[in-house]
Amino acid sequence: MPPERRDPTQGTPFEAVIGLEVHVQLKTRTKMFCGCENRFGAEPNTLTCPVCLGQPGSLPAINRAAIEHAVRVGLACGCDIARSTKFDRKNYYYPDLPKNYQISQYDQPLCDGGGLDVAVGSERKRIGLTRIHLEEDAGKNIHAEGLPESWVDLNRAGVPLLEIVSRPDMRTPTEAGAYLRMLRLVMLYLDVSDCNMEEGSLRCDVNVSIRPRGSGVLETRTEIKNLNSFTNIENAIEHEIERQIALRAAGKEVVQETLHFDPVRGETRTLRGKEEAHDYRYFPEPDLAPLHIDEKWLESLRGTLPELPIARYERFQSLGIQPYHADVLVRDKDLADFFEEGVKICSKPQEIANWVVNAVKEETNARGVSAARIGISPARLVSLVEAIEGGKVSKQKARDVFRSMLGNEDAVDAVIASLGLGQVSDDAFLRAAVAEVIAENPAAADDVRKGKKNSVNFLMGQVMRKTKGQANPGMVTKLIQEQLGG
Amino acid sequence: MSRGLLEIRDAVRSGALTVADSIADAIRQIRKVDPELHAASQVFETEALERASEIDRSIAAGKDPGPLAGVAFTVKENICTRIGLTTAGSRILESYRAPYDATVVDRLERAGAVCVAKTNMDEFGMGSSTENSAFGPTRNPWKTTHVPGGSSGGAAALAAATRGMIHLGSDTGGSIRQPASYCGVTGIKPSYGRVSRYGLLAFASSLDQIGSLQGSARECAAALSVLAGRDPMDSTSLDREVPDYLAETKLGARGLRIGVPREYFPEGIDPAVRQRVLEAIDVLRKLGATVKDVSLPHTRYANPTYVLISGAEASSNLARYDGVHYGYRAEKHGSIVDLYARSRVEGFGPEVKRRVMVGTFVLSAGYHEAFYNGACRVRKLIRRDFETVFQEVDAVVCPTSPVTAFPIGDKIDDPLKLYAVDVLTVPANLASVPGASFPCGATSEGLPVGIQIYGRPFEDGTVLRLGAAFQDATEHHLAAPPVRAWEPAAGRKG
Repeated sequence: MPPERRDPTQGTPFEAVIGLEVHVQLKTRTKMFCGCENRFGAEPNTLTCPVCLGQPGSLPAINRAAIEHAVRVGLACGCDIARSTKFDRKNYYYPDLPKNYQISQYDQPLCDGGGLDVAVGSERKRIGLTRIHLEEDAGKNIHAEGLPESWVDLNRAGVPLLEIVSRPDMRTPTEAGAYLRMLRLVMLYLDVSDCNMEEGSLRCDVNVSIRPRGSGVLETRTEIKNLNSFTNIENAIEHEIERQIALRAAGKEVVQETLHFDPVRGETRTLRGKEEAHDYRYFPEPDLAPLHIDEKWLESLRGTLPELPIARYERFQSLGIQPYHADVLVRDKDLADFFEEGVKICSKPQEIANWVVNAVKEETNARGVSAARIGISPARLVSLVEAIEGGKVSKQKARDVFRSMLGNEDAVDAVIASLGLGQVSDDAFLRAAVAEVIAENPAAADDVRKGKKNSVNFLMGQVMRKTKGQANPGMVTKLIQEQLGG
Repeated sequence: MSRGLLEIRDAVRSGALTVADSIADAIRQIRKVDPELHAASQVFETEALERASEIDRSIAAGKDPGPLAGVAFTVKENICTRIGLTTAGSRILESYRAPYDATVVDRLERAGAVCVAKTNMDEFGMGSSTENSAFGPTRNPWKTTHVPGGSSGGAAALAAATRGMIHLGSDTGGSIRQPASYCGVTGIKPSYGRVSRYGLLAFASSLDQIGSLQGSARECAAALSVLAGRDPMDSTSLDREVPDYLAETKLGARGLRIGVPREYFPEGIDPAVRQRVLEAIDVLRKLGATVKDVSLPHTRYANPTYVLISGAEASSNLARYDGVHYGYRAEKHGSIVDLYARSRVEGFGPEVKRRVMVGTFVLSAGYHEAFYNGACRVRKLIRRDFETVFQEVDAVVCPTSPVTAFPIGDKIDDPLKLYAVDVLTVPANLASVPGASFPCGATSEGLPVGIQIYGRPFEDGTVLRLGAAFQDATEHHLAAPPVRAWEPAAGRKG
């Protein structure tokens, strides 16, 4: 679960009303309306053609893969999918928008309603969705410091973009953060977007207002734009709620405006007021025929939906996995998939979960690779877990074995042997060792006979010393008690 | 030489004529008449002759050069060509070079035709006289003091003054048919979705359609067979079978039912126009067509509906001409908004500004419902008129324009007067039906009159079939204007 943050309305008569408008770039091979490659990070203006450059006479043609992605997102969020929809033109002038209109959807979004179940602390909350629609991304204006000109990179122009509008169902920065993280996770599970905030494939605008606690009225809201990290989003919301509470406390009104959040100073400042709001003069895009979603196609897409994070979280818990481990696993799809592979062939799910959440995750974090690429297969991890369970290696030494198993195909037994970490479980050998230690430490042996638990540990330590730490501790304890009747 | 298009095609196929000779003759014809007409904005002599020799070589090598091998074609300035400029008749694109060929250009070239020139037009297709070209008006070959009509005025003037070529035009509210009528040539606006718009600089996307202006219905049929068809680059082009239009023109008028809509002979119609069109309808009756009176009751709303819808779409389509990415940029400018404003103020002519202003207003908050949505609803009624009438008849016949060519400067200062000449042509665009204009005689002043034939959507063949039957029985399409580069055949009136 994401970290619980302070609720800035606590101790005030207000509650906050928060809605999020999220833009997600879809991971398709080509752009929304032309055949140009959809890829981040190429040389400026190299992924362009007459269509996405808005050259005179060019026309858009819908990319079916983008519709497919959008419909799958809609299905995963429980939306009503429009059987008949259309695209509209949103008209405004900006240098990164070469046609000076954006092809978007106005009054007939592809997906209507729906919602996401979000875990907030130990609670479960459903955040409703207003709509999800498809549009094309704009290019990027580049303002080089000290130069009088600005530059435009149109590689991003025409990239398919999903706009996901939530209902104003969130009340705290924590809830907003939890919703956004869950939304991102769903996108990753559906494999429809990279959701990388740094690269701009996930962008978020926030609407915030406050009202007397318990009032059902929606009051004047402000919109915060240009939020580029989860922490910034939470900070911006927190700051904005505080600002609005302070305004109200001072007897002033909240003014409808668009704000820009400065993450360094932790403040918002006005970008534009209500009177500067655009009239986008929407009208149906005459270059595209209305879009019809075939029932059969819809059903076949429904069949491609993966298990969603919240369902997986519950299933992991039903396997006996502790909530903390289930949560860590579900938040990283690769990690969870790795875990699933292991569980298929092992009857100790929590043990596997411990290993994946600790050792495997540490490795992926340290090396910046996915679980599948750290150099140990789920099956080999299972063999290690089984070796521990079977007493072949101690829990303490198993981490060394894990490390030595990375990047090769050696069997776990061979690794244990080569490290000299084999755990001795030979009954006769251990019996002899225990007998020797008892003979050498008569006082401690006596204490054990009198019921002193600490002395069992002392004798155990001696046996370990004698066997260079390789004695199976469970068996040694049993043998000491057997021989001394403690 | 001055052969017709079908003769050129056959002569090239039989080896009697080289492509190089055919193309050289086309260029000669254009050069001969253009000083008087100002119809060709660019002539591509070097490129065209090079391309012609290439095709000759490929014929010599035994390859099939395509169904239109050796035929010259011209392209209206608002259709993209890799060669030369694509100006749309506007200062804002006075030096614009398109990075690609329009689909229609590509299709003609693949059929063996050769692009020889581009033709003058009203800026962005907005006008009915070609006086709105930023590069000066085109003159009518029948009377050079008069306009050729518009916006495809350059194409129409060349179609009348030369022989054997395909002149590509575009028609948003009559821009092919009206100039065809004024210049005494055949011009077809195909069904919406029949011909790809990819590469046509959009004026009003839901109304624009590319077609051709030529010497006869059969010549148009030969071109349409190549131009028509689904294009994956244009989502509004439909995947419907392309019939052999030329074969269809041989079927005659017998058995076809034609409707004459009473609303299409409006008050103020030139009596000579009315007379010539009624005579033409009589010819069709004698050829075996059944003629009946019909009604298209919403016709009187067509013009205002057209002004609102075409304006709305134009205001958005022309937004891209902002001085930022390509085209004209004002030399002096401050902020980005100032750059937009100055480039557009200096780059667009008055008619374009007028329509963009109307369109922006029509789509604005508070007016959108009454004007734009209202116009869309009326458009549906106009469509329904046609659907109803086409249950009774196979074609609708009427004048193309209520008037004939008018003197240059006569109407240019009165936009409403100028819009009125579109009144009989805009319904076809609003209803997405095919429409064509065929010459049917002249006024006592010697100015051509056109008869317009509308067909059901995607029954372009029926329109051309009726036109061909009419032309088989008459010689109006063979009449020769005073300014011309060809001699009428002996025994035919000129």
